[in-house]
Amino acid sequence: MTRLRDSGFHLKLTDHNSYMQKLCKSDICRLFPDLYKRFGMESLMEKQNNKGWLYLLPAILFLGAFLIYPLIDVFIYSFEEGYNSASQTFYGIGGYNYSYVLHDAYFLQALKNTFILVIITVPLSTGLALLISVALSSIKPLQELFQTVFFLPYVTNTLAVGLVFMILFKKTPYSDGLVNLLIHCFGGSSVDFIEGPYWAKMFVLCFYTVWVVMPFKILILTSALAGVNPVYYNAARVDGTGRIRMFLKITLPMISPMLFYLVITGFIGAFKAYSDAVALFGTNLNAAGMNTIVGYVYDMLYRDSGGYPSYASAAAIILFSIVLTITCINLLVSKKHVHYH
Amino acid sequence: MKIVLSHLTKTFPGRGRGNRKKEDVIAVNDFNFEIPDGKLVGLLGPSGCGKSTTLHLICGLQNPTEGQIFFDEEDVTPLTPQKRGVGMVFQNYALYPHLNVEQNIRFPLENLKGSDKLSREEMHARVTEAAGLVQIDNLLDRKPSELSGGQQQRVAIARALVKLPRVLLLDEPLSNLDARLRLQTREEIRRIQQKTAITTVFVTHDQDEAMSISDLIVVMKDGLVQQIGKPQEVYDNPANLFVAKFLGTPPINLFKGRVEKGSLFLGEEAVLKLKQVPDQPVHVGIRPEGFILAENGSFTCRLSRPEVMGRDVSIVSTHPASLNPVIRSIVDAESCGHLSGDTVRFMLKPQKVFLFDQATGQRISFETD
Amino acid sequence: MKKNRILTIVTYAFLTFWALVVLFPFYWMALTSVKDYGAYNAEHIPKFFTLSPTLQNYADAFTTVPLGRYLLNTLVFTAGTTALMLVVITLSAFAFARLQFAGRDLVFTLFLALMMIPGELVVITNFATITNLELRNTFTGLILPSVTSVFYIYLLRENFAQIPDELYYAAKVDGTSDFRYLRRVMIPICRPTLVTITILKIIECWNSYVWPRLITDDANYYLVSNGIQEIRENGFGRANIPAMMAAVVVISLPLILLFLLFRRQIMSGIARGGTKG
Repeated sequence: MTRLRDSGFHLKLTDHNSYMQKLCKSDICRLFPDLYKRFGMESLMEKQNNKGWLYLLPAILFLGAFLIYPLIDVFIYSFEEGYNSASQTFYGIGGYNYSYVLHDAYFLQALKNTFILVIITVPLSTGLALLISVALSSIKPLQELFQTVFFLPYVTNTLAVGLVFMILFKKTPYSDGLVNLLIHCFGGSSVDFIEGPYWAKMFVLCFYTVWVVMPFKILILTSALAGVNPVYYNAARVDGTGRIRMFLKITLPMISPMLFYLVITGFIGAFKAYSDAVALFGTNLNAAGMNTIVGYVYDMLYRDSGGYPSYASAAAIILFSIVLTITCINLLVSKKHVHYH
Repeated sequence: MKIVLSHLTKTFPGRGRGNRKKEDVIAVNDFNFEIPDGKLVGLLGPSGCGKSTTLHLICGLQNPTEGQIFFDEEDVTPLTPQKRGVGMVFQNYALYPHLNVEQNIRFPLENLKGSDKLSREEMHARVTEAAGLVQIDNLLDRKPSELSGGQQQRVAIARALVKLPRVLLLDEPLSNLDARLRLQTREEIRRIQQKTAITTVFVTHDQDEAMSISDLIVVMKDGLVQQIGKPQEVYDNPANLFVAKFLGTPPINLFKGRVEKGSLFLGEEAVLKLKQVPDQPVHVGIRPEGFILAENGSFTCRLSRPEVMGRDVSIVSTHPASLNPVIRSIVDAESCGHLSGDTVRFMLKPQKVFLFDQATGQRISFETD
Repeated sequence: MKKNRILTIVTYAFLTFWALVVLFPFYWMALTSVKDYGAYNAEHIPKFFTLSPTLQNYADAFTTVPLGRYLLNTLVFTAGTTALMLVVITLSAFAFARLQFAGRDLVFTLFLALMMIPGELVVITNFATITNLELRNTFTGLILPSVTSVFYIYLLRENFAQIPDELYYAAKVDGTSDFRYLRRVMIPICRPTLVTITILKIIECWNSYVWPRLITDDANYYLVSNGIQEIRENGFGRANIPAMMAAVVVISLPLILLFLLFRRQIMSGIARGGTKG
């Protein structure tokens, strides 16, 4: 009961659970579901026609102003050539913004960085999370403690903890930093991971990104694993199935929808990477050569090179075409390999 | 408070558009009835017969498509539930799970506005009174989830009574209770109703329940009222085949028969002499208690087995004309000492035998010598 | 059996390793924040402990840079956004779950479709809108775009819809108004969900960086994320790492405490459909 209450979300009605379930079994609802749903108590509803809209009004206003209108507007922006944000004028309509963005060296750098980040971190974090979740669900003592610890990065401020990572990896005139110390121990030579060579910076960025996204993935996978009905395991054990075969043939297919969900959200999230990079390398990401596509959008919008909402819009739309394409490919691939029950 | 239902009709429009539109559903069809003041009335019928809809129409949760509802002389048809002054007990009691018993019972009182507004003390007095009436005064600080089904039921009744309704409505009040509690609670409902003398309408699909506590029962089927009357009257004089089948446990035995030259034939045997009935094929219903064991009886059945029930014996037999797999007849335990062989012969009590038109199911009355 | 034992040991070792990877930055941050500035800079090889912890860095964090101000701003922003959002989503969820009106299902479907719109796409116009309304460097500008969350409306609606209809009819028979029913029955019954949504929103607000960064350039309106970036780039003369770490601790602590307090609720809430990454 306590567990149920704390979990909050599952049925979410806490200790009234069984009571409510009983309530739901109403004879009328059961035997007359159609009638009841369609015309249930319409006399009460007759006067509600406008009231419903009144309750929705705040949400509709906010969504209209800050989600729907901007969505349309961003497309318009992206085709307005030579838009000047001060005078709010533009010269013409066309694809110049896209062409400019696609030829901008900074954008290409950002594109490359983002793709590398995606290709490295998504498989790595998903695989690692799977490994950890499987390990986690195979133990009893300390399980909750580990779970709690692993989840910790989720509730931390990306920017703040990024600073800690920067210190750990940074090489300064007076100190090589902790990570370099470790490298020394293993006989390597020190590298400045924050302001040094490209691969070193990329390594830190990937490392930090994985560190940040792990809690979510571990949590999702652990609950997916916990959701597998033990009946299957027992059945397999009776048949003398080995541990690895059991994992490959039972566990993996059973959690494949969740795994797939993580891959998709992982791709989307990694493509939108930005604040991790800022946390490590500072706001001037172009100078550090570590910009991401989202970073490029924001820089175009606001930072030193800012004031170009049209370029920003074009870049944002390019980004989301990429994300959409990748998601579609994912969905196609998944049709073959994901088992939905 | 007398309740008058006049030409009450409720139609649910069919769903869908164009060709895919389904037919309208008539949940209640031209219901006319006057519920006398202070009576307990049971609306009885199988699932989907429109009894719950009728209750909701009286309550005001739904509006009738046609017809009117009067409380005494007042036309309440256009009024919302709260303005009608009705108390309703829902099938699943609909107690607010987060409020304790006292808060649940007080809830309706807190809605009162203007001149009706009650002071804290008045509310408390009313709650205590209502709780006392249903004997739950000792449970006031419990949550609904901590109560048994019977206790929840009482709380729901107290909540319905606390605002001193003109009419009390109960929707399947006993269906969520176990068998033993059901007997207890129906007595309890009867007691409370008689004590408060509030006109009460309740809905049930259980004929036992309806027969045992109602002053009047209304049998419904497919939105149409089949018969209204005192329970015993309806049982003794069913208006049609449906009512005869629906009332009584064990259920009535049905046969295909025919009337020929003033006799009722079941199979090849003439079992009853009838007067004033033209020759025709009929459906025959015989109550289980309408059989008398008689060695020279005119109705011969193939004996399956006797089932001893203590005071009575239920004789299970078969007959080719029977519409049910078996015939059940209930006879005195003493009278069946000589039961043997594979046939059994009965005489029939004419007042327990009903004839129905084969096409319409309407009762055909007859007289015997 | 022996094989099992080894496997168990390997499992625990692996989990412990990852736990260390997770916890180490936190340890390092706490450790550095209590190291003396001079001592820290003198360490060519960083030390894993300190024998002379000092709280001076915390004092510096609050006096040298306006950390208190940042915290206060974040608090106002978080409280304002969360409170407004709760009102907006509760009303909408109620309309979708309980009221009946023409077009309800269509609008709900549209709302669900809106969940797919990425925030990065709309930020550009929102930035222009807020700038044109001259709401930059105001709490209004910070708060307004994030007071609606379709996802939370959806979550709450599903929860509201689980409340049996009969409770509503019972309330109606008793003359309860819709609003009173929402307030007295639906909200109390769904409180666990509302609490979870509140906590998730608080986490989101506390960590939000991009929007505040775009909309504020006056340090008086910086939130902690921007504050920490500002500290990193301009505060403490760049090198005072211990003071920086003290600031990081101060910023991280509220959420960590919140998490430890509502651990189960947060984790199950996110497991059921959280969004990050």
